[in-house]
Formats: sequence, structure tokens, C-alpha cells
Amino acid sequence: MDSPAVSVKNLTLRYGDTLALNDLSFDVPHGELLGFIGPDGAGKTTLFRVLTTLLVPTHGSAQVDGLDVVKDYRQIRNNIGYMPGRFSLYQDLSVEENLTFFATIFGTTIRENYDLIKDIYSQIEPFKNRKAGQLSGGMKQKLALSCALIHKPGILFLDEPTTGVDAVSRREFWEMLKRLQAGDITILVSTPYMDEAVLCDRVALIQNGRIMKITTPANVIASYPYSLFSVKADDIYGLLKALRDYPGIHRADAFGQTVHLSFNKDEFREAALLDYLKEKGIEPAGIREIKATIEDCFMDLMGKEEG
Amino acid sequence: MREPENIIVVKDLVKKFGDFVANDHLTFEVRKGEIFGFLGANGAGKTTAIKILCGLWYPTSGKMSVAGYDIYTQREKVKRNIGYMSQKFSLYDDLTVFENIRFYGGIYGLKKKAINERAWSLMKRLDLEDARDKLIRDIPLGWKQKLAFSVALLHNPKVVFLDEPTGGVDPITRRQFWNMIYESARSGITVFVTTHYMDEAEYCDRVSIMVDGRIAALDTPENLKQQFHSATMNDVFIQLVRSK
Repeated sequence: MDSPAVSVKNLTLRYGDTLALNDLSFDVPHGELLGFIGPDGAGKTTLFRVLTTLLVPTHGSAQVDGLDVVKDYRQIRNNIGYMPGRFSLYQDLSVEENLTFFATIFGTTIRENYDLIKDIYSQIEPFKNRKAGQLSGGMKQKLALSCALIHKPGILFLDEPTTGVDAVSRREFWEMLKRLQAGDITILVSTPYMDEAVLCDRVALIQNGRIMKITTPANVIASYPYSLFSVKADDIYGLLKALRDYPGIHRADAFGQTVHLSFNKDEFREAALLDYLKEKGIEPAGIREIKATIEDCFMDLMGKEEG
Repeated sequence: MREPENIIVVKDLVKKFGDFVANDHLTFEVRKGEIFGFLGANGAGKTTAIKILCGLWYPTSGKMSVAGYDIYTQREKVKRNIGYMSQKFSLYDDLTVFENIRFYGGIYGLKKKAINERAWSLMKRLDLEDARDKLIRDIPLGWKQKLAFSVALLHNPKVVFLDEPTGGVDPITRRQFWNMIYESARSGITVFVTTHYMDEAEYCDRVSIMVDGRIAALDTPENLKQQFHSATMNDVFIQLVRSK
């Protein structure tokens, strides 16, 4: 009787010649916070649209709360909250009007479920008479989340909720997600921010319509197969260009004021690298071995797929 | 040695909307060829300041010049000497790649021959030759951003304003975009950029952080991290914005 919150089997969706979703299978247990990561066009939004019953799959099946996304779409819609990637509220309605509108559609009222949204909504309530179109990015996002929650859904689908949102608001947003999760809501969220991926129970890397990996952030990091080093230089761009041509290097990527460079295990020779850079007129400082971050891991996995 | 030329000079910029002070006595300079990071929380007043510096809005008071032109009296000259790319894309979704380039070339008053030459070299550089007749809405976000950036540079501006140019793209594409920024800065173009990615703040030569309409800090990323005893710009940002 205890079916998973979401269960996807051989899910395929074709747009013309494009396989937007290519044979996906995975389960999401109740109460999980699952993150989706992948480049633009990978299929994240399409997947969310299938699971929220807005698109019908070409093959395969998907169940939400044990209900079929095609057959039982009406029931599913009552049980889920969806925050699409584009701001989808009514720009010319006020904050409060938007929330009332969503509450009414689902046959409830703001008062009835106020407890659920209090945390979030109280932060924008002082502006409740302002038109939604005139809110800042962080406030729009809080309003959209309030609207997605007002009917007390068991499962939330959040499509890039923090894109364009500043670092402090992002942090607050994730604190809210954790509290919602503690209140027994299952959350599926996509994000381009790697620091947010670490906050999920599991992450799914999605690329070209396939799930390449679905596991805990700790596992992603633990299975990173290369030796990774960090190097500092005054001229990061010059250093990067020189490193890209260095024989035997796997990747070289900018990370703030350092460059991360990876080699096959035991293939790194510091003296040889320093000689090479010196010849190019670059004197790097502080080469040291470091642990991979999740961003290193995902760039490695994405780079492999693209060939 | 000659002092570096200041390509943007802002003195006591104030912009009010009714009682609300969006920009509260901003004073700063941006040097020629610099990558200047203009950071701040949502609603801190960044977009307002950018619109004023691009000659789209008048300030309430203050003195400003961009590329050597006065923001009150020489707005058309300001506009001819700047490029602009916003988070919402400056490209037309229902025009093709090639049509967008031609359109912007025309807007900036380039001759037909120059437009064609630049269009081809641009598409070649971005590896978009095969996509030339594709509609913008059908190409990936990362391509759009690179194209929008290149189009903003089509008329060889002295300064380019980038308003959250990398919002929503994956880590590899973001870095490719920053390579383009570096290359432009090396060729002498001044880059004025906003971002919510704090690792990108570290790629800037200098960074300002706005809090509630004011500039709360302005320095190199290295100096800011020292000043705030932080290992990352993310911590610097959070300290400044949370302490308000």
C-alpha cells in the first residue's frame, strides 16, 4: 500500500525527431528531497511537465502517489504543487489576489492553510497589495512557492525556483524547503546551482533526455575517479589557456581565483607542470591536491557525455 | 606611468521613485578594460543604476559619465558607445540567428557590407554557421547567451553591460561564457557585469556590493575576502546583506 511518491518506468517522450525523455526509470520515496541537475535542454522541464500531468508521454508510464499521470490526472492535480521555471503568476494581480485565486481554484482559503505558508508568506505579506509584476526576484519566488503550497499538496515540483535569485534569498529558500520536507512533503527540484545539489537527499544528473546518475551527493563525490589539484595565478585566463594544452591533463576549469586541474590517478608530475608553465611565462602559486566538489564531478560527467 | 582612464565615472548618483530611494548616493569609477562586478541582493537597486548608466532613465541627481559622455546631455552618444545584454535576452525569439545579427547591425547604423562581414565572422567564431537559419527560440540557452553577448559587441562599444548573463545555465556553459568575457576585456572592452553566482564574482577585477540602494563594499575580491575574514565571496556577500 505504501507506493513511492513518484514512480517512473521506461518513460519516453518524443517531440518530432527529438527524444526529449529517453527511457527513464526511477522511484522517489515519500519525504525525499530529490534534485535534478543538467544542462539547459536536457529534459528536466519536460519531465516535470509529464509528472504534473501537463504532457502525455509517448511510451512508458509514470505514477504520482500511486496514481497514473494519464488516467488519473485530475486526482493528481489536487495532490501536487508545481512551480514552473518561468514566473507564472498574474503580474497585474496583487500578491494577495494571486494567493486567493490559487486557494479558490483548489477549493480552499488562505486562512485554512495559513500555517503551511506562514513561514514564507509572512515575509511578503507587508507587500500584499503590491502587483506581482512589481516584486523583486526574491519576493516573486516566495509568492510562487506560497501559491504552489496553498492547497496543502503532498508532493512539490519546483522547476529552477532559485534562478536569478541572490545568494542570501537562495539560502533562505532552501531552509524553507528543508522545513517543508520535515513536514512530510516530497520535493522534486531542478537547479543550475551546484551548491544546492549538495543539499538534496539524492541528485539525478540528466542529460540528452537520460538520467546518467541518480545517487546521494556524497556518492557522487566519492566516485570521482581523478586526482584533482588547485592552482592559483594572477592571470587565471592565461593559466587556463596554457593548461588546456598540457599533455595528459583531463580537465582544467576556473573556480573563482583558482584553477582546478584533474589527471588520471598517479599521472601528475608537479615538476614537469611547473617547467611547462614557466616556459609559457606563468608562475603559479600553491599547487595542492584537493578533494573534488560536486561541481567538479558534474562537469566531468557532463563533459564525458558531450564527448 | 599614466593613471588608468576611467570609463565610467559616477558621483553621488541618487534615484528616487516617490519616497523610495532606489540609488542612494552611489559614487564609484570603472577603469578602462576592467571587469567590474556589480553585485547585490534582489531589489538592492542594481538594475536601476544600470538603466541610468545606459542612458535609459534620468537620475534624480548626481554627476555621471560613460565612455567620456555626460549622462544628461549626451545620451545618444552614450548609447552608441555601450553594449547591453540582459537576463531576459536581447534577442528576438522569432527571428533567426542571422536575422538577429543583421537587425542589431542595422540598429547600430553599420553599413550592409560591414554587417555581413561581422555576421559571418561572428557565427564562425561561435560555431553557429550551421544554425544560421534557425530561430532563436529553437537554440539552446547557452548558445543564445553567447550570441546575445557577441551581438552586444557588434558595434565595437567601449563598455558592455551584462545583467545576469549566465542565469540558469550549467557549469560548463557558464565557464565558456566567462572565457568570452575575459577575451573581450583583454581586447580593451570594459565589462560591467551583475551575477548571483559568487564564484563569478571572483573572476572580476573589482567588485561592488549593493545593499538597500547603497554601495556597502567595493574592492578586489582578494581584498574583500581579507577585510571580511572570509574564504569565499559567498561569505562576504552573506555577511554584508544579512547585517543590514
